[in-house]
Amino acid sequence: MSNTTNASSRWTPFALSAPALGLFALMVLLPLALTALLSFQQYDQDRGVQSGFTLAPYALVLGDSYYYEIFLRTGWVAALTTLVCVLVGAPEAYILSRMQRPWRSIFLLVILAPLLVSVVVRAFGWSLLLGPNGVVNQLFELLGVGRVRMLYTPTAVVVALVHVMLPFMVIPVWTSLQKLDPMVENAALSLNASRWTVMRRIVLPQVTPGLLSGSLIVFGLSASALAIPGLLGGRRLKMVATLIYDEYLHELNWPLGAAIALALLVINLVVMLSYNAVLEGAYAKRMGRS
Amino acid sequence: MRRTGPVALVFHTLVTVFMLAPLVIVCLVAFTPENTLSIPWGTYSLRWFKGVFEHSDLMQSFWNSLAVATAAATLAVALAIPAGIAIARHEFRGRQALNGLLLSPLIVPHLVLGVAMLRLFALFGARGSSLWLTLAHVVVITPYALRLVVAALAGLDRSAEQAALSLGASHATVFRRITLPLMLPGITGGWMLAFINSFDEVTMSIFITSPQTVTLPVRMYMIATESIDPMMAAVSALLVALTAVAMFVLDRLYGLDKILVGQQH
Repeated sequence: MSNTTNASSRWTPFALSAPALGLFALMVLLPLALTALLSFQQYDQDRGVQSGFTLAPYALVLGDSYYYEIFLRTGWVAALTTLVCVLVGAPEAYILSRMQRPWRSIFLLVILAPLLVSVVVRAFGWSLLLGPNGVVNQLFELLGVGRVRMLYTPTAVVVALVHVMLPFMVIPVWTSLQKLDPMVENAALSLNASRWTVMRRIVLPQVTPGLLSGSLIVFGLSASALAIPGLLGGRRLKMVATLIYDEYLHELNWPLGAAIALALLVINLVVMLSYNAVLEGAYAKRMGRS
Repeated sequence: MRRTGPVALVFHTLVTVFMLAPLVIVCLVAFTPENTLSIPWGTYSLRWFKGVFEHSDLMQSFWNSLAVATAAATLAVALAIPAGIAIARHEFRGRQALNGLLLSPLIVPHLVLGVAMLRLFALFGARGSSLWLTLAHVVVITPYALRLVVAALAGLDRSAEQAALSLGASHATVFRRITLPLMLPGITGGWMLAFINSFDEVTMSIFITSPQTVTLPVRMYMIATESIDPMMAAVSALLVALTAVAMFVLDRLYGLDKILVGQQH
């Protein structure tokens, strides 16, 4: 608003946002600060959480290869999910963007609609499909491959995660493709560029920001997903999220759970910030070149 | 426009099948007359749907979810309208920080929010309270409401407001009679998106619900980790059907692709 010169309207935006700000201070900032404090406290099996300051929970996580392994597994599962989402989501978004009118919006909805269905329902659906007598194994038998154990393996977790995350990749790629004028592609083709050259020199640079921001979201959400590894990974295939769940609700070692949760949060934020830096760097380079 | 090639068509078909398969299988298995999770061939039965309605824990959780999601979506919209006006229409110090804070539940994993709120609730003695559970849901769904409110304000033609002001209408009247009605599609879309996200929320809720306040997705998660029978398929099928109805309404109201694609930016 331009008429923000007098004193009363200077405070208007603060008054307007005060209720939301108050709630977020109470329910986001305060609990995160409390959890950070909690992660520096000692836990005793008999007496519970002790007051005082200690680095013990962090030392335990960093020193024990058990935790190291879980973090590593979560990392590669999230990275593999991201890679598959890029390889499937980007071409799919491109195909969608080139479809004819009614089909385009229909299939966009088909790809995006599962976003609105509860993740528990989708995990349950995958456990039906990938089970020992599931549809996929019956298909494998028909094809002569024989039965494969998939449920409670990383395969099942990655497949279901890809299903949940694919819309988060298709959306940003789709959005960046909307800004691409098809005439540019046609011009390149008419100037004798091959399809491959058009892809590499025109389409790919256009969708790179979308791919990067999609990868960021997919990696972050996959690394912290709880329901999918909980239902499809089972008890033995532990990931960071299910580890935190167990520390809080079964072991009751809250300081250790808090330390792991904060580590997860920090890793998530670092990945996002470094991705952003890469993104801005790439933009600056392109601007400099042209 | 160029036609889609055969390779692209096969690829697209496979992706479509992949996206729909888990939802279709759940709906098929829900009609099985057997005691095991199997796809019914020839004979269908509604016994598992009947089982859902006779399962008092599940029904209780459904009503919990409905109440929490309704209250949380309404509160989130009530907070998002003034905050959205501040962000979209005012220049002030800390505007970016405010926007970042209100959108932060999209970046901070729900898992981390869940354990953080569990700590808060434990200190406040608020575990088992529906009110605090609802407030926690308000936090995670406010970003969705806020985005649609800001988008609605950005796309709003301000000449009608200026005309009313120049004709002597008060700011309150202009807001009530012009701004609010023009924002209504965005507000309704934001409410519904917030409602759906609250109704489906499981990762945070798992930490902060107690036996009396367990929401439906949390109850389903707990059932699914213990034993799986076709009743789970029946609940899931009902949820898929409910979501389909909600999607249809949202599409009529606001344009579903606009809401879903708009989620990202």
